[in-house]
Amino acid sequence: MILDVILFYGAAIVALASGIFVIAQRNPINSAFSLIITMCSLAVMFAMLGSGFIAVLQVVVYAGAIMVLFLFVIMLLNAKQDEGDRAGGIGRAAIVLGIILAVQAVAVVWNGSATLPTNYRDTAAVDVARGLFASPRFLYAFEATSILILSALVGAIVVARKEKAKGQ
Amino acid sequence: MPPIDTLYTSTLGAFEAAHAGFVQVALAVSAFLFVIGALGVFIRRNVITVMMCIELMLNAVNLAFIAFSRAHGTIDGQILVFFVFTVAAAEAAVGLAIVIALQRHREDLDVDSFNLLKG
Repeated sequence: MILDVILFYGAAIVALASGIFVIAQRNPINSAFSLIITMCSLAVMFAMLGSGFIAVLQVVVYAGAIMVLFLFVIMLLNAKQDEGDRAGGIGRAAIVLGIILAVQAVAVVWNGSATLPTNYRDTAAVDVARGLFASPRFLYAFEATSILILSALVGAIVVARKEKAKGQ
Repeated sequence: MPPIDTLYTSTLGAFEAAHAGFVQVALAVSAFLFVIGALGVFIRRNVITVMMCIELMLNAVNLAFIAFSRAHGTIDGQILVFFVFTVAAAEAAVGLAIVIALQRHREDLDVDSFNLLKG
């Protein structure tokens, strides 16, 4: 029981710390690895909150696929280091905005209630599938997702393709 | 959508005591991760880092969805996370294709240098 608490709070602390490292690093590769650590510790939090299947998806899809894509592009383009933080006004404005957002976030969380439903069980993949397909609520969203993926596929190929010579 | 307790009837009584604070901690972490991501979009200048900060914000939203799914005892939040995964994958594919095209045409990844539409 106490192990659960230690694991959850540890994952929360690691997620926040590596999230800060993401924006504190100058080198994009370091940011990418920090983001992978953030995603893995978020997967731990998902599992502790009872969403084991989503935790697995988080590791496989996010840390495994999307971040590898990012690392591919960073290393392909040999992205040079960030020259520095945004100069002058916009940096200070970002700090002020961040403080305001953080205060609002804490206020929202502070006003929430901590009561939980007592009869809840960790969900498996079959529960997610049943929730997705048992009722027609998510049917159109699911179909729209397939169109989105298809158009993203075509769009990515068209944008990243090397252009042919004009007079061909 | 029926709550999960109609799908499964097992109860976790003693388990709940230790887990009572988990949802609020998860919401707080989610809020702070979102703020960190928003700050990163403002203060970083590399396009790829900015995109990674957007991914960080999407992850924070996912954590909030999971926490609310836990708090309400329904599975809808997890299904929405499923959709967020899909949209994030599509966004990463198109965004990184745009980054490659930018590097090819401009040979620069600094967001401040892309000001062709500036009046």
